[in-house]
Amino acid sequence: MSIIDVTNLTKYYGKSRGIVDVSFQVEEGEIFGFIGPNGAGKSTTIRLLLSLIHPTSGSARVFDLDVVTQGPEIRRNIGYLPSEVYYYEGMKVIDLLRYSASFFPGDFTKRMHELSEIMELELNRRISDLSYGNKKKVGIVQGLLHSPRLLFLDEPTAGLDPLMQRKFFNLIREENARGVTVFFSSHILGEVQRLCTRVGIIREGRMAEISDIRSLQQNNYKKVRVMAEGLDADLFQIPGVTNIQVEDGSLNFFFKGDINLVLQKIGGMRVEDVTIEEPTLEEIFMHYYE
Amino acid sequence: MNTNIFRHELRSRFKSVMVWSLAVLLLVVLFFGFFQGFADEADLMNQMLEKFPREMRAAFGLDNLDLASVLGFYGFIFIFVQLCLAIQAGNYGFGLVSIEESELTADFLLTKPVSRTAVMTSKLVAAVTGLILTNLVLWVGSFLAITGFRGEREYELKTLILILVSGFLFQMFFLGVGLLISLLVKRVRSVTPYGLGLGFGMYVLSAFSGMFSDVKLEILTPFKHFDPGYIIQNNAFDAPLVMLSVGVAIISITLSYWLYNRRDVPAVS
Repeated sequence: MSIIDVTNLTKYYGKSRGIVDVSFQVEEGEIFGFIGPNGAGKSTTIRLLLSLIHPTSGSARVFDLDVVTQGPEIRRNIGYLPSEVYYYEGMKVIDLLRYSASFFPGDFTKRMHELSEIMELELNRRISDLSYGNKKKVGIVQGLLHSPRLLFLDEPTAGLDPLMQRKFFNLIREENARGVTVFFSSHILGEVQRLCTRVGIIREGRMAEISDIRSLQQNNYKKVRVMAEGLDADLFQIPGVTNIQVEDGSLNFFFKGDINLVLQKIGGMRVEDVTIEEPTLEEIFMHYYE
Repeated sequence: MNTNIFRHELRSRFKSVMVWSLAVLLLVVLFFGFFQGFADEADLMNQMLEKFPREMRAAFGLDNLDLASVLGFYGFIFIFVQLCLAIQAGNYGFGLVSIEESELTADFLLTKPVSRTAVMTSKLVAAVTGLILTNLVLWVGSFLAITGFRGEREYELKTLILILVSGFLFQMFFLGVGLLISLLVKRVRSVTPYGLGLGFGMYVLSAFSGMFSDVKLEILTPFKHFDPGYIIQNNAFDAPLVMLSVGVAIISITLSYWLYNRRDVPAVS
C-alpha cells in the first residue's frame, strides 16, 4: 500500500487550470520531492490531498483513504506546513500551539518545548509581533507537534535563514528516520537534492517526470569543463554534447553518452585543467523548464 | 461539534458580545427612562404626531403604537433594539466561516482532523451562545427598566415576553441569511459593510413597506415579521410571517452546511 496514491487527478478553477491528469505514488518512509516553477500546480496538488479543495476529476487516496470522503480521518496523521503562514493574530504562540495540539489525542507539551527550543522560538510572544521567519518557525513546530505519520511541506524554507534551514532539514531527517513519510514541495532544486530520495517534476499542471534522484543525476548528463589554450568549440562537436559555451579560455558543455569519447578528445590535447561532474538538479531541470 | 473550536470561537467573540449587550442595555434603559415624561404629555405628543403625514408615522412604526402605554413606548424603542440585534446577528453570520478565509487561517483550521460540518456546527453553537447572552442582557435590562420607570401604569407581561422572544428568532434570520450570503460570494473581505447593509437594508424595506401599505414588502423583511406593533395589538405573533422568517433561517443554515462542505478554500496570496 502506498501512503499517497494519486490517479489522474485533475483540478480546474472554473476555466483556469490547476493540475491536469496527475498520477503518482509515494511510498511509506520516503522523502518525495515535488518540483516545479511557481504556478505549476504544486500547492494545488497538496491542497487537494488535504481536502482543502475538491478535485474536478480523478481520485487521490492517502493512507488508503479517499481524500474527498475521508478527509478528517486522513488528517489525524498529517502535519502540514503551508508556504505562507498565517495564524490568529491576537493569540500568543504558546496558545496557538496548544490550540493546534488540542485537535489530536495525547499530551504534546514536552514535544512542543523540545521543538521550540530547537527552532529558537519564543513561546510567549504574540503572533502579530512575529517576523515572517518567526511565523514560519511557528508553522514548523505546529506541523510537527503531534508526531504525524505524513508531512506536507509546501515551500518550507522561504523566510528561514541558512542556519535555521539546516536545523529544519535535520529535524525532517530525524522525523524521516523514525519512519515519517515526507512530501516536500519546492521550486528550489538544491534543497530537494539535499533531502529527497525521489522527485516528481510538475510543469504547467502536468507531471513531467517521476524518477529516482540518483538515476536522474547519473544516467543523464555529465558536466564537463576543460581549460586549455587555443580552445575551439568545434573540437567537441560530437554526438551527445550539448550546451557548448566558451568563456575566458574555458569550455563548458553537457555530455550524455559514453564518457570515453570525451576523454579521448581531451587526451589528445594539452590542458590546464579538467573537471567532469554531475550536474546539479538545477541544471538538469533547465531542460524540463525550457 | 468540537469543543476546542467552540471555546476558541467563544473567546474570540466575547468582546463583541459584551459591546453589543451593553449597547442594547443602554438603549433600553436610557430610552425607557423618558417614559414618564412622554406618558404624562401623551395628549400633546399624540396631537403633534397627528400633524405628521400617516406615511411618515408608518415609516417609524408609530402608526400602530400608543406611546402613552408601557408596551407602546417599549415597542417603539424595540425597533431600534431590533436594528442593533439585526446588525449583530448579521455580522456573526457573515463572519462565521468567512473570517477564517479573510484572516487566512482557514488552512490552519481545516487541515485539522475535523469535518467541515463539525467546524460549522461548533462555530454556529458559539455564535448562538453569544446571541443568547445578548438576549439575556436585553431581557434583564428590559424588565429592570420597565419595573423602574413605568410608574403607576400597568402592562401585559405575556406580551412583553412575546416581544422579547421575538428578538432571538429575529436574530436567527440574520445569522442564517448572513452565513448563506458569505458562502455564495467569492470572498468576504470585511464583515461590517455586509452586516450593516443587510440590517439597514431590511429596516429600510420595512419602513417603505409601512409607507406604501399596499406594497407587500413585509414578506421580505423580518422587521415586519416581528413587528412589535402587531405583537402588542394582537397579543400574539403574526404566525405565518414568523414561520416564514424561521423557515428562511433554517433553509439558509442547511444550504450553508451543504455549500461549506463543497467549498474550495482559496489559497493564500
